[in-house]
Amino acid sequence: MPEARKPRLGVFKFASCDGCQLSILDCEDELLAVTGAVDIADFREASSRVLEGPYDLSLVEGSVTTAHDAQRIKEIRAQSKALVTIGACATAGGIQALKNFADVDEYRRVVYARPEYVESLATSTAIADHVPVDFELRGCPISKFQLLEALSAFLQGRAPNLPNESVCIECKRRGTVCVMVSHGTPCLGPVTQAGCGAICPAFNRGCYGCFGPQGTPNTNSLVAELKTLGLESPAIMRLLRTFNANAPAFKAASEALAAEAKAP
Amino acid sequence: MTERTIGIDYIARVEGEGALKVRIQDNRVEDVQLRIFEPPRFFEAFLRGRSYTEAPDITARICGICPVAYQMSSVHAMERALGMKVGGQIRELRRLLYCGEWIESHPLHIFLLHAPDFLGYPDAIHMAKDYPDVVKLGLALKKVGNALMTLLGGREIHPINVRVGGFYRAPTVSELNAFRPQLEAALKMAEQTVHFTADLDFPSVEEDYEFVSLRHEREYPLCEGDLVSSRGLKVPQDHWEEVFEEIHAPYANALQSVRKGTGTSYHVGPLARYALNRDHLSPRADKLARDVGLENVVRNPYRSIIVRAVETVYAVEEALRIIDQYKRPDPSWVEPPPVTQVCSGGAVTEAPRGILYHGYRLAPGGLIEHARIVAPTSQNQKRIEDDVRHLVEKSLALDDAALTDACEHAIRNYDPCISCATHFLKLDIERR
Repeated sequence: MPEARKPRLGVFKFASCDGCQLSILDCEDELLAVTGAVDIADFREASSRVLEGPYDLSLVEGSVTTAHDAQRIKEIRAQSKALVTIGACATAGGIQALKNFADVDEYRRVVYARPEYVESLATSTAIADHVPVDFELRGCPISKFQLLEALSAFLQGRAPNLPNESVCIECKRRGTVCVMVSHGTPCLGPVTQAGCGAICPAFNRGCYGCFGPQGTPNTNSLVAELKTLGLESPAIMRLLRTFNANAPAFKAASEALAAEAKAP
Repeated sequence: MTERTIGIDYIARVEGEGALKVRIQDNRVEDVQLRIFEPPRFFEAFLRGRSYTEAPDITARICGICPVAYQMSSVHAMERALGMKVGGQIRELRRLLYCGEWIESHPLHIFLLHAPDFLGYPDAIHMAKDYPDVVKLGLALKKVGNALMTLLGGREIHPINVRVGGFYRAPTVSELNAFRPQLEAALKMAEQTVHFTADLDFPSVEEDYEFVSLRHEREYPLCEGDLVSSRGLKVPQDHWEEVFEEIHAPYANALQSVRKGTGTSYHVGPLARYALNRDHLSPRADKLARDVGLENVVRNPYRSIIVRAVETVYAVEEALRIIDQYKRPDPSWVEPPPVTQVCSGGAVTEAPRGILYHGYRLAPGGLIEHARIVAPTSQNQKRIEDDVRHLVEKSLALDDAALTDACEHAIRNYDPCISCATHFLKLDIERR
C-alpha cells in the first residue's frame, strides 16, 4: 500500500524579527514529530530545499511594508489551502507599524545615508488587511504551545481551541496577585488577550500588551484607571503603542489620547 | 569573451532575507554584492520620543534570535548615559542570562543551520534521518539554553525581565540551584559537540582577518571590556563611533560597517572573540580546544563551527560558576537617577554572532532624542563579501550549481542574522 501523502507546510517571512518562526525550531521535544507529520515544502530559515506550491498550510510571519510584499502575500494566499498568521507583526503590523503614526520619508532620512536606495510603503499592515486569513496566532512572540495546538488542529481538520479572554484570567489561574491593585503598577492585562501565561505580572511588572487586544477590551475604563495611578496621557499613549499599536482597539484608544493632548 | 552570472535569490538557513550577486568577467571576479532585502523597519527613527526605559523591550524586537544581546547593549548604553554603576549579583545575573542565549543560539547554528553544509543535506530534518543522534543532541543542548533564558527572563524569545538598572525580579537561590542538573547534562552535551564539530571535514582556507571583539582584563567577554582588534586597536567600548563608520551600498537595505580611515572590512563573532580572548577560556573549554587541536588563532572561517562549540562549553561552565556563587540581590535593580540634562551613552556587548553597538542621546525627562544601533551582521557584511570573492576566485572551474552551494556555505560560516542587519540577502552570480 502506498504511503499516505503528508500535508505540505510552507513558512513564509515578511517584515519581522524571525522570532515567531524560530518558535517552530524551539519546539525541541516536538520538532521531529512535527516534521514527521508534514512535508516541509518551503521554510527558508530551516532548509535550502524549496518545493513549489500549493501548500496545505502556510504559516506567515511578519507584516506588509513594501509594494513587492503586498504582491507576494497574494501569491502565497493563492497557493495555500489554509493560511495562519503567526505573531503580532503578521496579525497587527508589529512594532514597525509605529511608522503608520509618523512621516516615513523622515524616518528614511533618519536611518539611512542614502534614503533613495530604500523602498518602503508608508504603512506596516497586518496580513489580513491584504488577503483572507484562516486563523491568527497572537503574541510577540507567539506561544509555542499555541502554535502546536494550531498545527494539530489544522492537521486534524478542526478549529484551534485557544482562549480570547484577558491576561487577568491567566493571573488568577496562576495565583499571581494583581500588580495594579496591590502595588499600583500600570498593567495592560485587563485589555490584553491571554496566551502568554501571564508572565510579566509573575515577574512583578505590568503586562505590556504583546498579545494584542482581547475579545471585548474596555480600553476607556483602563485608560481612566491608569490616569488615577498618576500616568500622564503621553505615557499611556506609549504603553498602547508598542507591538500591537495598529490593532484596532489599541489604535483607537491611543488616537483618542493623542486628540485629547491636542485639544485646548 | 565570456560572461557568467551566478545568483542566489534567497539564502537559506540564515535568519532573515538576503541574496548574493557575483559578476565574473573573463574568469575574473568583477563584483560581489551581498544584498539585504529584508524590509527596513526603522527602529532608530521610532525610538525617538520613547522613554529610555522602553529601549530594552523595543530593541529586543530587532532580532528574535538574539533578543538578550539587544537588551544587554541597550541597558548598558542607558546606564552609561545616566552615569549609573551596576555591579555585584545583578552583573552576574546579566552574564547568566547572556550564557542562556549563547547556549541556545550556538547549537541552533551548529546543528540546524551549519552542520547540513558539512554533511551534505538541505536541512537538519533530512540530516536527522541518517544522523538522528546528532540532531537530537543539538536539540537537547539548545533546549537547556532556552530553559535558562525562560528561568531568568520569563520566556526564551523576547524575555520580559530586563530593565535599566537590573531585573524586575531576581531568581531565588533555590530556583537557580534546581537548574544545576540541567547545566551538568549540558556540559557533557557541549563537550560531545566540540568532538562532533572537530571531526568534520574542512576546506583548507586561511583569511587575513582584522578580528574585532571586546576584551576584559579577567573574563571571556560578554558585556564589559574594551574594543580591541588583532591589528592593535584598543579603545573604550563606547568609542565605537570614533573607530568605525557605516556606509550605505545601493543594493542593500542595510548599512555596512568599515574601519574609519582605511575603509577596510573587519571580522566580528566567535573567531574574533576566541583569537583575542583565548587566555580567558574556562578550564574545560580550554582543555577541549587543546584536545581537538584547535589552533590559538583560527583563520579558517569554516572552523568557526568548532569555536562556537568551544564557546558553548564556556557558556555552560560560566553559568555553573555564577549559580554556585549566587546570592539573591535585594533590590533586584538599581534605581536610575532622574534625567535632568541632555546626556548620552554607548555600549557594546557580545551577541553570539559578534559585537552589537547601541548609542543613545536622552533629553531632560528621559525621552530618547537620538538612537544608533549597529548589528553584528552589518559589521561582518563587507567581510563576508571579501570571503566570497576569494572563494569564487579559487573556484571558477566549478559549475554554477556547485559554486552557488559553495558561496552559501561561505556565507553561513558567519551565522549571519539578516533580520538584525536591517538597519541582509538575494545570490546572483553573473559570468561574462
